[in-house]
Amino acid sequence: MGRSYNTIAFDAAKCDGCGDCMTACATAKVGVGDTARSRIQVVGSADDGFELALCRQCGDPKCVTVCPAGALTKDGTSGVIGWKAAKCVDCLLCTVGCAYAGIALDAGTGHVAKCDMCDGAPACVPACPHDALTYITTSRIYNEVGDWEDLFAPGLAGCQGCNTELLMRHTLRRVGPDTVLATPPGCVPGMGSVGFNGTTGTKIPVFHPLLTNTAAMLAGIKRQYRRVGREVTALAIAGDGGASDVGFQSLSGAAERNEQILFMVVDNEGYMNTGMQRSSCTPYGAWTSTTPIGEGSRGMPSQGKTQDAKNLPLIMVNHRCEYVATASTAYMEDLYDKLDKAIQASKVGFAYLHVYSPCTTGWRFPTDQNMEVARKAVETNFVMLWEYTPGEGVRFTRPVDDPLPVTEYLRAMGRFRHLSPDQISHIQGKVVENLAFVKQMVHRASV
Amino acid sequence: MEHTKYLVVGSSHAALEAVTAIRMHDAEGSLTLLTRDTHLPYSPTVLPYVVSGRSAPDGIFLRDEKFFADNHVALKRGKALKALHTERNAAELADGSEIAYDKILLATGAAPAIPPIPGLDQVAYHVLRTLDDATKLNAAIKQSKQAVVMGAGLVGMHAAENLVKAGARVTIVEMAKQLTDGYFDATAAGLIEKAFTDNGARILTGSRVVKLAPSALGATLTLENGTRWKPDLLLVATGVKPNMDYLAGSPVEHERGILVSDTMQTSVANVWSAGDCAQARGFFSDAKVMNAILPDATEQGRIAGMAMAGDPGLKQYPGGVPLNTYHFFGRHAISVGSSKAPAGAEVVTRFDEANGRYLKVIFMEGRLLGIYGVNEFFDGGVMCQLILRQVDLSAVKERFVANPLAVGREFMSKLWR
Repeated sequence: MGRSYNTIAFDAAKCDGCGDCMTACATAKVGVGDTARSRIQVVGSADDGFELALCRQCGDPKCVTVCPAGALTKDGTSGVIGWKAAKCVDCLLCTVGCAYAGIALDAGTGHVAKCDMCDGAPACVPACPHDALTYITTSRIYNEVGDWEDLFAPGLAGCQGCNTELLMRHTLRRVGPDTVLATPPGCVPGMGSVGFNGTTGTKIPVFHPLLTNTAAMLAGIKRQYRRVGREVTALAIAGDGGASDVGFQSLSGAAERNEQILFMVVDNEGYMNTGMQRSSCTPYGAWTSTTPIGEGSRGMPSQGKTQDAKNLPLIMVNHRCEYVATASTAYMEDLYDKLDKAIQASKVGFAYLHVYSPCTTGWRFPTDQNMEVARKAVETNFVMLWEYTPGEGVRFTRPVDDPLPVTEYLRAMGRFRHLSPDQISHIQGKVVENLAFVKQMVHRASV
Repeated sequence: MEHTKYLVVGSSHAALEAVTAIRMHDAEGSLTLLTRDTHLPYSPTVLPYVVSGRSAPDGIFLRDEKFFADNHVALKRGKALKALHTERNAAELADGSEIAYDKILLATGAAPAIPPIPGLDQVAYHVLRTLDDATKLNAAIKQSKQAVVMGAGLVGMHAAENLVKAGARVTIVEMAKQLTDGYFDATAAGLIEKAFTDNGARILTGSRVVKLAPSALGATLTLENGTRWKPDLLLVATGVKPNMDYLAGSPVEHERGILVSDTMQTSVANVWSAGDCAQARGFFSDAKVMNAILPDATEQGRIAGMAMAGDPGLKQYPGGVPLNTYHFFGRHAISVGSSKAPAGAEVVTRFDEANGRYLKVIFMEGRLLGIYGVNEFFDGGVMCQLILRQVDLSAVKERFVANPLAVGREFMSKLWR
């Protein structure tokens, strides 16, 4: 597998052209705050905003291929294209090769200059007063995970654009081969975890319990392994329906007995696998096949689900599990952090991880929008990312101080298209209420 | 007979890019790289800096043995291609051996063109195309008191500057009316000429050497007007010609260079060509032209490699756009696109004579055709995109001429960021 690299991301919408990044760069690189000599250049864009002229550390760098002197090389480990003064002949051919103005003449030295990412601590990023620049280090995960064995069969049969395959493969890679996996009825076995034609879809033992007894069966298997002296991780990947409705009794019981299980819920807010019926995790107002939109009967129009969602992760907190957390595939570093903690916690007791999983098919949005929908859910506080341990209580891991209005999330998908202004204000009210509720728990943890 | 799936002949930019492109798509297919040079791959463009001593001869290599080993490439150095037998897909080497190929890339580059001047074959002279040429010339300039450079192209001018800096009395003889003809116009050439004469060089444009004879120190040289000199160092830099003698008797079509399609394929199956020996479509006309410049060699090499490997990501060659950079006496000149204004073109110039800054922009119906400057920095790669994409600049023409750096980046941000 090829390597992934850290990168400097730019959010044009947040940039006001103040130039502080350029001053910081020039100061770090040439010792004076002359913005003309900065390797990051904020340029006026033709559309009235601002854009960057900055080396992209290309994967197939033209500047390197046109250098006659071997002075430019891409470092395979860091991904940074480095420039060697001793080899450069000042021919400027690299500036002709680059279509992005990422390498340019520094009039102060007479040589070309380009961004070298400051050895992993770019000076421009913290200098930005508006958070328009971010140093993205998620590559770390992909480089590590890429070396581990993928424990699922190739070609899982998910819907186009679903994030659950990503979640399944990442999770099993991280948990590792000494695992027994339980996947109750739902999308995960539907995608192929339990296999086809007598072969399993995983390279580890996997079984298909009933919706109702997943946590109980897994607890028994874990206990048997312990009895025979084998250290395995007992992992369940279940849907929200199985966990919060019919499976809740056995889930709650296993948590209460503090069984050494890692229970992951992939929450797509309904029974999506069987035809998109509502579950107790379906949010208020959402269309499902059992909460339809239409004229209704007896003068009562149908307008989607009329009850609010059950907050299963908060219920699990009240079991005082070893570890409880919510996560989103739009924030992979956060998810991995929590996965690591959940694996550790499952060695001593019950660990519960609740991952929000936007459903392209059931939520009605374009297949390329999964991460965007997941991100919008967090940015509006429709879902909150937090973790709980008995010692530390509840803590936000990605607090959103300046949330977008919930309509930004709702309008991203079709299942909310019919909402009336009253319904929208109900949902916005619930977002505020839920946030206040979790904040209270966070506050209690901090005093 | 030895057999290889891919045979790449040549070891400079076009060949190296082709190797990379082939390996991107076909990690295992046998690949042999053949070069008549005995050294590891290097760029002819860096050689003037070996002559000046700025680049160490052992520090200019573009790839090392490890690269070829890691990529499963059999590197054969000091092996020249003598003949191509396309009817049986075999390459005959100078040592008489043969290599059978499935697909061959001819990236054999160019060699100095030696003008037919009576007596030239009787005297010792230098050329500059290979690393061995460069190390020889590097040693010679340290001894030289009187030097003559024939040809005022970029190779000749680079060498002349080195000679001047080494303390020789240098005369540059150029047939054309101005130096660096074809890259720069009279004003820019004037700036370059002034830099040379200020530093003690003598430049004779519109002049030619008609006779040469051996002398005690080196050569006796006679100009058209009868003037005679006895230089101790003579450099012939009157241009280059493609290396394609090995095509004699082969059906591969060639004119000034090896004729290729927009995927760098020659007229014969299984044979591709790229770089300084190839004659491909120009960007400004459909005619096939020689565009023997480094950036084009990399582009053509990549396309040829992708085509040979059957990479479905292959995009057709957009046509060659001239691109040149030239560094002289601490000043720099960059030329992108057409240097000649065709009929109907609009030419805008800006000249700051006191500071030696010059900019020339050629527009055609509001679109950029060419831009070049002396001591005027702009992003050459961005300008090239503006030309290739035929971006309409009519609304910002004045701002563009005033500040091509900022306005170019502004368009970049909108069009291809």
